[in-house]
Amino acid sequence: MDIFLQQILNGLVLGSIYALIALGYTMVYGIMGLINFAHGEVVMVGGMVTVTVVSALLGMGINLPALALILIGVMVAIPACMLLGFTIERVAYRPLRNAPRLAPLITAIGVSIVLQQLAILVWGRNYIPFPPILDHDVVEIFGASITKLQVSIVVLCFVIMTALLVVVEKTKLGRAMRATSQNPAVAGLMGVNVNTIISTTFVIGSALGAIAGLMVATNYEQVHYYMGFMIGLKAFTAAVLGGIGNLGGAVAGGILLGIIESLGAGYIGDLTGGFLGSHYQDIFAFMVLIAVLIFRPSGLMGEKMADRA
Amino acid sequence: MAEVLLKIDGIVKRFGGLVALNQVGLTINKGEIYGLIGPNGAGKTTLFNVLTGLYMPDEGSFTFDGTNLFRAQPHVVVGTGIARTFQNIRLFKEMTALENVMVGRHIRSKAGALGAVLRDKGTRAEEAAIRAKAQELLAYVGISDVADEFAKNLSYGHQRRLEIARALATEPKLLALDEPAAGMNPRETEELKALMEKIRASGITVLLIEHDVKLMMGLCDRIAVLDYGKKIAEGVPEVVRKDPKVIEAYLGVAHS
Repeated sequence: MDIFLQQILNGLVLGSIYALIALGYTMVYGIMGLINFAHGEVVMVGGMVTVTVVSALLGMGINLPALALILIGVMVAIPACMLLGFTIERVAYRPLRNAPRLAPLITAIGVSIVLQQLAILVWGRNYIPFPPILDHDVVEIFGASITKLQVSIVVLCFVIMTALLVVVEKTKLGRAMRATSQNPAVAGLMGVNVNTIISTTFVIGSALGAIAGLMVATNYEQVHYYMGFMIGLKAFTAAVLGGIGNLGGAVAGGILLGIIESLGAGYIGDLTGGFLGSHYQDIFAFMVLIAVLIFRPSGLMGEKMADRA
Repeated sequence: MAEVLLKIDGIVKRFGGLVALNQVGLTINKGEIYGLIGPNGAGKTTLFNVLTGLYMPDEGSFTFDGTNLFRAQPHVVVGTGIARTFQNIRLFKEMTALENVMVGRHIRSKAGALGAVLRDKGTRAEEAAIRAKAQELLAYVGISDVADEFAKNLSYGHQRRLEIARALATEPKLLALDEPAAGMNPRETEELKALMEKIRASGITVLLIEHDVKLMMGLCDRIAVLDYGKKIAEGVPEVVRKDPKVIEAYLGVAHS
């Protein structure tokens, strides 16, 4: 029972991060039917920039409280990632707006590789540890433990995701985004500047990615130029699981995937008689992806935002 | 002398080798109901698309209310005051009727992305005003009762009215309706006619494509006839209906 609860908690932490990243995939897909495979790299850049800024501040002998350091780091990372997302869309996707669907998909993979290589040039190939400022206070819940840091990750994720849903459902910007997603040409006729809306979508998604990057960096206490790849794939799986194009679906899919993965990792040893260990946890995400694609390609919640007739 | 609202001249639109519009020129005066008729494939909808910025014309000139709109983007065109509906209804299907009209207010409201995030007082006041205006427009076209239904669940007649309400939300000077009576029964057509007269009476100029010739003759102040991408006649309904070129286009050459 302890293990079960513990793994649910671990899954919730992981799942909130997946959900935050999955929102970036699903928003872009909802607006323009494109899978932005470079989104994982935006997350990586977010983590990298945060770590760099925090390390630099410490290197200059500025000993602020950990929270303040992290806050400054992410305040640099968010605009950096917003600018990155904006640039990716302008340079790599906008010229291909009317190209066959395969072209931007391949470009997305290309952008992803380019960003990884640039990250190697800037930050090198090695793992970079998160500066040792994080506290590891543990909260006990019914015999399972979770760090305060992880609690704040989950809470922050939910706050951000709720805010995003409010923006999309209740504001003029959100209405314009939904209108663009359902019919870009007609949205244009209503005075919606479709290019601006698409740029805004990338910028918002990238800001979420930057925050997710910080969370990944604090949760694993290290960053690496390749870290965006696997977490990006997982988040993409979460978006597909929830129904790509659907914001609520991305959140549900992310959390569900995180929990499936954690439970899988917790019990895989018992299930296979010790043949496979918990480091095989990655296979669960992709088993889920394959199962969803076979049995319910539209995902758990259909494709509400991406319904383009 | 009536005041000119819209003037196009020598408009050419080609699709590959096909000349869809060949040197089309027309003027629409303020406050009139102007009809556009012609056989299927004559270029009526193409002309609509050019007038609303969906298609870029290849040649010609296009001025509206003193502004040059030749090859202007759709959101610029709507900003100067041209709104339209579609022959095949194009609503935002997964949004409610009210939200559809609220999107139409986009061009007439200011709040940007920052307002959406900060939700400051001005933004919220504007949002309330958008909502009130949208509700008023739904009442104007007579579909207040379905305000919270998804557009895709509305009846055909209601969808047509919703499209008109959404177009009116942009505060057009010219409302362009592409076959608004298509698929309507005689009673609905009568109601639509009353609605168009009400719209004109409110000071909005109406441009109308319609196949229902009887409706057009009874409603329009002036009519232009397109055939094979060319304007073959223009004038008051009584004259146009007797024009031999028009009769030929519709019925073929009279046999002896």
